[in-house]
Amino acid sequence: MTAALDLDQVIGDRSTRIIVCCGSGGVGKTTTAAALGLRAAEQGRNVVVLTIDPARRLAQSMGLDALDNTPRRVKKVDEAAGGSLDAMMLDMKRTFDEVVLAHATPERAQVIMDNPFYQSLSSSFSGTQEYMAMEKLGQLRAEERWDLIVVDTPPSRSALDFLDAPKRLGSFLDGRFIRILMAPAKTGGRAYLKVIGAGLGAVTAAMTKILGAQVLKDLQAFIAALDTMFGGFRERADATYQLLQASGTRFVVVAAPERDALREASYFVERLGEERMPLAGLVLNRVHTTGARSLSAARSTAGAETLEDTQEHAVAAGILRLHADRMRMIEREQSLRGRFTAAHPAVAVVDVAAQPGDVHDLAGLRVIGAALAGLRV
Amino acid sequence: MASRESDWDGVRLHVVTGKGGTGKTTVAAALALALAGPGRRTLLVEVENRQGIAQLFDSPPLPYEERKVAVGPGGGDVFALAVDPEEALLEYLEMFYRLGRAGRALRRIGAIDFATTIAPGMRDVLLTGKVYEAVRRQKAGQPVYDAVVLDAPPTGRITRFLGVNAEVAGLAKIGPIRGQADNIMGLLTSPQTAVHVVTLLEEMPVQETADAVTDLRAAGLPVGGIVVDAVRSPLLRQADLTAAAKGRLDPEVVAAGLQAAGVGVRGGTVSGSLVESLLVETAEHAARVALEKSERRTLKALERPTYELPLLPEGVDLGGLYALAEHLCRQGAA
Repeated sequence: MTAALDLDQVIGDRSTRIIVCCGSGGVGKTTTAAALGLRAAEQGRNVVVLTIDPARRLAQSMGLDALDNTPRRVKKVDEAAGGSLDAMMLDMKRTFDEVVLAHATPERAQVIMDNPFYQSLSSSFSGTQEYMAMEKLGQLRAEERWDLIVVDTPPSRSALDFLDAPKRLGSFLDGRFIRILMAPAKTGGRAYLKVIGAGLGAVTAAMTKILGAQVLKDLQAFIAALDTMFGGFRERADATYQLLQASGTRFVVVAAPERDALREASYFVERLGEERMPLAGLVLNRVHTTGARSLSAARSTAGAETLEDTQEHAVAAGILRLHADRMRMIEREQSLRGRFTAAHPAVAVVDVAAQPGDVHDLAGLRVIGAALAGLRV
Repeated sequence: MASRESDWDGVRLHVVTGKGGTGKTTVAAALALALAGPGRRTLLVEVENRQGIAQLFDSPPLPYEERKVAVGPGGGDVFALAVDPEEALLEYLEMFYRLGRAGRALRRIGAIDFATTIAPGMRDVLLTGKVYEAVRRQKAGQPVYDAVVLDAPPTGRITRFLGVNAEVAGLAKIGPIRGQADNIMGLLTSPQTAVHVVTLLEEMPVQETADAVTDLRAAGLPVGGIVVDAVRSPLLRQADLTAAAKGRLDPEVVAAGLQAAGVGVRGGTVSGSLVESLLVETAEHAARVALEKSERRTLKALERPTYELPLLPEGVDLGGLYALAEHLCRQGAA
């Protein structure tokens, strides 16, 4: 039997400083993060929830109307226990700007921000979001204003993307490619030969051929301008990665009882283990339940057929059909859940029952929060 | 199937997007099957490195190679391809620039890695570029594929993904990259392309669908149909649903029905707690149906052809895919 995940214990433990909610898209990650944050605040923690891309009404439920990259106090939270809740939405462009401004002289920062490559990289190319989410997490942690940070992860292709983003940045900065790109801007071209030797002419020729001379020039200017910041960038990426491995960090993997979502959750659990990142457990959202478990799908269907043959009791027949459908869904969900727990017996799990509608307000978040703590409401 | 008219005659590239968890990959696969009418050939493309297609068709992981995965209900062939950005870049360099040794040198110094992972927009350029190539490929003056179905990134990223070449065109004012970017945008904004959005009858997916339609339209990308996935068929009359939602279904009437059905009878009577549990389930169902009704209204306001696919309670297997393909054909999506 798999252990039950006790999230009240996780948020009640004062040494827990960061909770990272991760999982594939569409499994209720943001809602889980918000509900956990609210519950922790009402139990006396000073919490900030960092959301990446919340649904409009969920954002409104926490009083977040503007995407302004600043933590805002959430009103109507019960602060009797001495806690508080702040929430913010990530603005990746603004976060990137802040990083540039922090690491470059104002003139240099302006050059960087005016470069067309920077404008694309910071605002529209996908993938930057992962870097900036981790950057923001580091910033919030460094501020020491909160004793618990709950962070939602970006809706990536795969749940693992944000984990790899800081590392990728690090390996990119160490890469030869960067040095080659920077070489001409720095030394007028002579350093080329020293850097890679044979095959170099072909590489430059190829790059010019593919990109066109103007693009290559813009790119080189961009990389050269960023050069001064590289040290700072890398330190931050490394620091963030260490933060994720720190003892005060807990990962909560979120999934729904669907094949794809649970497969992603499996990858994630395995990956966290490899990286020695502390896993709290799995939240399984949208689980269907029944109070009439003793009535199987088969018997329910048979009963419905009997009634349909007599053409009486239409309501009862419909109700039996509904129940049969629900039982089949529960059987499928339980079998998927069973496969996950068999493969990961050490991972604690908590089920959150499917809600009839979406969450629109703090009351709805409290209901989810109680379910996350394993309480039936 | 191919001979009769569908809503999308003339469309060669079907892009399928949707919020995560709505069944986007399943719908893309069902559409590829549905489009494979007699003598036709479709290609199903996946770009997110998830091997979702292989899982659906019960096949081993797909290499970066077009493989036949199924025969459509109409007898045509369905091919599948999982695009790998690194391979696509090397292939692209080879095809357009005959780089050979220099291509390998680029890989050695980390330029390929840089291009496909660090510069994330490049990845989307390559993926859309590969799709463009598949749509345009010809053999003996005829297109190799009658239709290409792209299992695309989710709604939150779709406009940026499809619009990435416009972004590139902004960076590269001239040169071969510019030419390629313009060609791809030309296809993606033409009537040969349709971007279909998959949704569930739930608030968040419907909201994202509406947002995506607005964004796609603003970017000049042709919005196709709306595919509503996992629709439950109504099992109760509207009057009974209304009563159930208000908790006004008579437990005695239900108990009498169960008695007649021979269900849950112990010692001659039907268990009261069973009836109560079933009424709770029914009330939840009624609440959901009411919610679905209002979501349908929101979708209707988008004024796009809309298709509904039934919920398969046991999940989607290969047989289920064919069933969904039939639904799409019957409703005119293919």
